[in-house]
Amino acid sequence: MKLFRFLKPYRLFVAAVLVLVFFQTLSELYLPTLMSDIVDTGVVKGDTPYIWKVGLFMLVIALLGMVCSIAASYFSAKAASGFGKTLRGKVFNHVSNFSLEEFDKVGTASLITRTTNDINQMQQVLIMILRMMVMAPMMCIGGVIMAVSKDATLSLVLVVIVPVLAAAIFLIARKGIPLFKAIQKKIDRLNLVMREGLTGIRVIRSFNRIDHEKKRFAEANLDLTDTSIKVNKVMALMMPIMMLVMNLSSVAIIWYGGLRIEGEHMQVGDLMAFLQYAMQIMFSLLMVSMMFVMIPRASASAVRINEVLDMTPVIKDNENAAKASSNKKGYVEFQNVTFSYPGAEQPAVRNISFSAEPGEVTAIIGGTGSGKSTLISLIPRFYDVESGRVLVDGFDVRDLSQEDLRGKIGYVPQKAVLFTGTINENIRYGKEDATDEEVQHAATIAQAADFIAEMEDGYQSIIAQGGNNVSGGQKQRLSIARALVRGAEIYIFDDSFSALDFKTDAKLRAALKSETRESTVILVAQRVSTVLDADRIIVMNESEIAGIGTHRELMETCDVYREIVLSQLSEEEIA
Amino acid sequence: MSQAHSKRSPGRGPGHPAGIPGGPHGAGRVVEKAKDFKGTLKRLIQYLKPHKYQLLSVLFMAIISTVFSIFSPKVMGEATTKLFEGIVAKAKGVPGASIDFQYIWHIILILLGLYILSAVFSYFQQYLMAGVAQKTVFDLRRDVNDKLNRLPLKYYDARTHGEILSRVTNDVDNISSTLQQSLTQLITAVLTIIGVLAMMLSISPLLTLIAVLTLPVSVLAITSIAKRSQKQFVRQQKELGALNGHVEEMYTGHQIVKVFGREQQSLEQFDDINGQLYDASWRAQFISGIIMPIMSFIGNIGYVLVAVVGGILVTKKSIEIGDVQAFIQYVRQFTQPITQTANIANIIQSTVASAERVFEILDEEEEKVEVANPVVLTEAKGNVAFEHVKFGYDANQPLIQDMNVNVSPGQTIAIVGPTGAGKTTLINLLMRFYEVTDGAITVDGVNITDMKRGDLRSLFGMVLQDTWLFNGTIRENIAYGRDGATEEEIVRAAKTAHADHFIRTLPSGYDTILNEEASNISQGQKQLLTIARAILADPAILILDEATSSVDTRTEVQIQQAMNELMKGRTSFVIAHRLSTIKDADLILVMNHGTVIEQGNHKQLLAQGGFYADLYNSQFTAGGVAQEA
Repeated sequence: MKLFRFLKPYRLFVAAVLVLVFFQTLSELYLPTLMSDIVDTGVVKGDTPYIWKVGLFMLVIALLGMVCSIAASYFSAKAASGFGKTLRGKVFNHVSNFSLEEFDKVGTASLITRTTNDINQMQQVLIMILRMMVMAPMMCIGGVIMAVSKDATLSLVLVVIVPVLAAAIFLIARKGIPLFKAIQKKIDRLNLVMREGLTGIRVIRSFNRIDHEKKRFAEANLDLTDTSIKVNKVMALMMPIMMLVMNLSSVAIIWYGGLRIEGEHMQVGDLMAFLQYAMQIMFSLLMVSMMFVMIPRASASAVRINEVLDMTPVIKDNENAAKASSNKKGYVEFQNVTFSYPGAEQPAVRNISFSAEPGEVTAIIGGTGSGKSTLISLIPRFYDVESGRVLVDGFDVRDLSQEDLRGKIGYVPQKAVLFTGTINENIRYGKEDATDEEVQHAATIAQAADFIAEMEDGYQSIIAQGGNNVSGGQKQRLSIARALVRGAEIYIFDDSFSALDFKTDAKLRAALKSETRESTVILVAQRVSTVLDADRIIVMNESEIAGIGTHRELMETCDVYREIVLSQLSEEEIA
Repeated sequence: MSQAHSKRSPGRGPGHPAGIPGGPHGAGRVVEKAKDFKGTLKRLIQYLKPHKYQLLSVLFMAIISTVFSIFSPKVMGEATTKLFEGIVAKAKGVPGASIDFQYIWHIILILLGLYILSAVFSYFQQYLMAGVAQKTVFDLRRDVNDKLNRLPLKYYDARTHGEILSRVTNDVDNISSTLQQSLTQLITAVLTIIGVLAMMLSISPLLTLIAVLTLPVSVLAITSIAKRSQKQFVRQQKELGALNGHVEEMYTGHQIVKVFGREQQSLEQFDDINGQLYDASWRAQFISGIIMPIMSFIGNIGYVLVAVVGGILVTKKSIEIGDVQAFIQYVRQFTQPITQTANIANIIQSTVASAERVFEILDEEEEKVEVANPVVLTEAKGNVAFEHVKFGYDANQPLIQDMNVNVSPGQTIAIVGPTGAGKTTLINLLMRFYEVTDGAITVDGVNITDMKRGDLRSLFGMVLQDTWLFNGTIRENIAYGRDGATEEEIVRAAKTAHADHFIRTLPSGYDTILNEEASNISQGQKQLLTIARAILADPAILILDEATSSVDTRTEVQIQQAMNELMKGRTSFVIAHRLSTIKDADLILVMNHGTVIEQGNHKQLLAQGGFYADLYNSQFTAGGVAQEA
């Protein structure tokens, strides 16, 4: 629970909650004593004014109790929400500094739940703790003190009752908790079957396997139902047993209390007060037991959050990062670079050396898993090399600040990612202070101007979350425009033309050529047609370079390249 | 999903057990309302009908258990009275006065009986309800799933998976926990209110009046606070949604945020939303947090008044001291079920809203019913024809006006065109995922609407870019293509698809279990498995999507050979990306804007000099286009 260190800014609030709850507890504990006064002094002696006086006093105490409780609620709400806010900010900030390596390790979806749901869970639990759990021990201890002060001997009844109650709770929980875990698993299973049924609907129907899927669902459904019935039957014991223990305790208290009264050790009012104290003690025990249900849930969340916070980003700025004041612009060089993903047996790229200069187009081609995307992700320093060096403008990328380095690069990812906002804002993401002309120019080059013009609100059209209201090809073109608006020294296209049809692809490349005359272009491609007229083609095969050269040179010298070409074009076109 | 999740109040997970009271969060739910409350409720009750005898016994047990628990304070009060009488007598110095322990012992025995019986009945009531609730939900889930299997694809294409899933899981869970706990709670709460009121009246009408007078005060207090807290909870929900959205977007676009150096802006935006959320969240928590203290204060007023007035009444000898004690217990028992019913009313409202969403699925229009006497093609040859086909996803916007295509058995048809040109529309129609608006599609001369959908679809084999595999072993996934395939056939299919080799390199070979996202094999390998699956199915007609981006180019050569092998003698519809396929095709369908604009073979189309020729010529020579531009 070391996450509670984030409560520190709110420690005054927490202290206030503790004090206020303490007074609230006092007031609640005092009321039965006052009532026993009414009975023992007022009623027995028939003193009506005394009854009124004590009654009024009770109201004042109750009022004070309410004020304390409301104030405690205020401070606990502030403390818990503040805790959530601080923790959320910390986690988000921390994750922002992650490199792709950490993202790969935890998984994006998991990181999202950790930042949102897990923290919400913590916040909920914290407020429960501040509101109820803090009170329970005070109430329990206070109740015991009051009970003992009323009649120490009768308190021995409690010595019997409390362990019985605790044992009952423990036994039911021990049977119930594993069943709850089993239920969660079965719910997950049912959801999985359901989700597969939805995502695979076309396949299922085309293979005419509806009955098979029905059976799978029925099995999961039945399994879940059976377990749910079982757990609910166990939990059905909980309430009646609790009530029974409490009721039997009050019966025992009356019986033994009666004997004490007979022996003139205590008074009737005291017995009535004692009964109420016993109830308060038992209720607070119940609350404590609830804490044991909640804490495992919260601690699972806490562990997940801590895992994130404990991760240190592998990639950090070098402290004395060189100011990129070189007069070189757009030079990229790989010197004998080898890189492996963490935990992988084999390097993803091995012994890579080449250099690219402004005005040149370097294309990388090769099969899936041959290391193309990995290779280019080393340039913006998404990952750090294992050995060798990646140089940009003559500097090792590790010696540049990430900000300076990435400022030089216009990057277009394989999977186009757009953000909620207008088309204008999305393109401007590449260069905040771009003028309207620059935005429109970039869109034109990226072959996006036409479809933007066709949209109702043109450049002000809203892109929905995840860019779901534009097609894959349109997304990709917007993502290209976003990179182009930067006027970068180096352009990196990671298989960015695959969602485009042949014609758009060709047009785009033609337009790009004039635009990037002074920049270095590095692109990954699947289609031979895309790489044909590159200045330099790098053929990747099984993590290594199988050949470097122009199309003509490679056709002569490189077997791998020839094979790729043959698989895509017919003989006559190659010639 | 995440939003739908957080909508539920904490502690009300799926099928949660009865017992833990609502707590201070009771008023913290954002209550959704059903559009047709009565109708939906009636329908939900229909689902309970098969269990009506169990429900009746639940009701019966609830009554007994409640009655017993209501009587006990009164009986206990009598014990206190006896004690008190003894004391008072002693105090007054009545000779030989003592407490009548025999009488008290007698009362205690009665009490024991009442408590035990009440506990036993309350246990059986919960026990029975567990069966009823879960079985009802089982039926509901089964019905929804069956229904989903009968819905046309139109339904799925118009909705996100998350939306449908949330109805089947969250909404059904909501119904489940309401049936499990809220229903019995409601019964006992109502019974308790009635019973307690009767007992209080029997003790003292004056005290009852005092106790009841505090009720309107507390109702007023609760409703006015609940209204405010509701507003804040709605706001909190909204901010939470905004925050989740931002986090999701920034995390999925992390690479982009980094490479464009926009971390700072992302942080600022996050802090902004986070601050808003904090503000809404503490207000919501605080306002809902003051409900309990105010309630208990009002309760305490009643308590004090009862103690004072009761005390005075005792001194005037108009009631007994034990009655006052019993009355105080009744007052406590009285307020709790009232707040409970208020909570349950909210819960039932949101449950009915959930039920309504589930019933909405059940009411969706189903696929057209199959014809009465379906034609079964045992040996399909693969002759496919589109005759005057008219179709549109939206009835007002016809996409395909009058399409006529005739395909002879064994021919290869290449479908080409820009992305989004509607190539999948043709497949949707062929497989009868969607029904044509007018005209007919025939296979071997039989209108496809005259066949059963299942029979029609088993004539086709489909390999799409979207590689759907399920959570199971590789063997099971391949065998999905045909029921009862032998091991030998499976391996042969895998070999033909060039998948056998990589499967054998996996740790458990054919028994390797694909995990949930099937992320333990590569995209290309997934593709190979779907091909193997189609090969095993041995269909008369093939539908292929030449998914170039998934399989590596060299394996692709091999796959291509396997495909060619597979296509031999079968009619094949190919969404083509490869020039070689297109040029060798018997018929090319050129699609744009959702409809077929040209058809013919490569030579014919080139000669036409239309869209296809344009497309073809722009392929390689970037220079050519540059001139044009």
